Amino acid sequence: MYFSASVVLAALLAFPLPALADARSDAKAQVEFGIKVAQNGLWKEATYRWEKAVQLDSTYAEAWNNLAIGYEHQGRFDEAEKAYQNALKLDPKNVSIRQNYDLFKEINDRTKRRRDR
Amino acid sequence: MTARSAAAIASLAFLCASGCTNFYEVPIETPIQAKLDVSAFRRVLIAGFISGGTDDVDANLETVRLLRSQLRSKTNLRVIEAEVLPLVELAGEQAAKTAAEPATLPAAGEIPGAQPATPATAPDDTRKPEDRKQETPVRSKKDLEKFDRIFADAAFWKKLGEEYESPLIVTGTIMFTPHQTAGFVNVNREVYDQLGRRQVMQSRVYQERKGFILEPKFVFIDGRTGATLHSESYRREILYPSAQSTPALASYFELMDQLIPDFLGALSTQKIRGTRILLR
Repeated sequence: MYFSASVVLAALLAFPLPALADARSDAKAQVEFGIKVAQNGLWKEATYRWEKAVQLDSTYAEAWNNLAIGYEHQGRFDEAEKAYQNALKLDPKNVSIRQNYDLFKEINDRTKRRRDR
Repeated sequence: MTARSAAAIASLAFLCASGCTNFYEVPIETPIQAKLDVSAFRRVLIAGFISGGTDDVDANLETVRLLRSQLRSKTNLRVIEAEVLPLVELAGEQAAKTAAEPATLPAAGEIPGAQPATPATAPDDTRKPEDRKQETPVRSKKDLEKFDRIFADAAFWKKLGEEYESPLIVTGTIMFTPHQTAGFVNVNREVYDQLGRRQVMQSRVYQERKGFILEPKFVFIDGRTGATLHSESYRREILYPSAQSTPALASYFELMDQLIPDFLGALSTQKIRGTRILLR
């Protein structure tokens, strides 16, 4: 009994569900394309790609991080904040996401202070 | 080196290389929206400021010059080159006029037992404006308050706006005052150990310092109606060791440099440059 259960578990770990794998690989393709176009300055297109990536796989922390940067670049601060928070919730120990968020927060807080003055 | 260890090193190098390409540092420009919608204006008039504090710097003239040059290079607005208004004198005259007018008190008949109200005596003000300026210098924020009413005088600003084809008018007050303080401050000291190695140690020392406080209030007025659109106040100070001699004008520009981005941010979208890390 224990043997068969562990075999099933091992099989599941070794071969993840194809649907999940497909979603992640499709999302990854969108993320990579987004990075390429962002490096060429096409931030709107990049943001669109990363939006698609998080739609395909909402557990993809890196895609949320990139999406947050895309929103930040367009001055969409509320959406950027939410995207960063999603990214950090999914991968709280990721130093790069934390660093991006800290830099964003500094600007966002300053903007809010200016608005309130 | 065996074939196995060579393969291990190669695979480690591959892993590192693939790991390194998992992030991309990209430059980004974060836009900060302007506080004011100035799309209705194509021109801007930096009219002048009520300035006070030290006599070492003509804060009115310097501020007008600085803001004009900043607006010219960093916004799309056309900057009107006009004479700088001597706003202290104008506001002083206005204040004197207001004081000369009879106070709007209730009619004597309305208050039982009251004597007829006598209007306030008009000040015998036959001096030249230059003399008046010398006698009433603005030294503190309290001195400024009596001139503050001019910013609410819509008719005055509307008339000025008509002269310059209804621009956005920027005016306000500037206090630039000397400041002195004494107390404990953190200082870095260089220390060399027996081996000649340099270390930086922080310590607290008592120091007398002097410098300046800059307190501007920028008022943005609609030249079409004379109404105030927006106003904002700032306070910045700078202190130097008392032995250091820094010219007042240098301090003024140092402090204004800190404020300029905020001032420009009220009128135009500013972009903050930085870098972020994209992840795969």
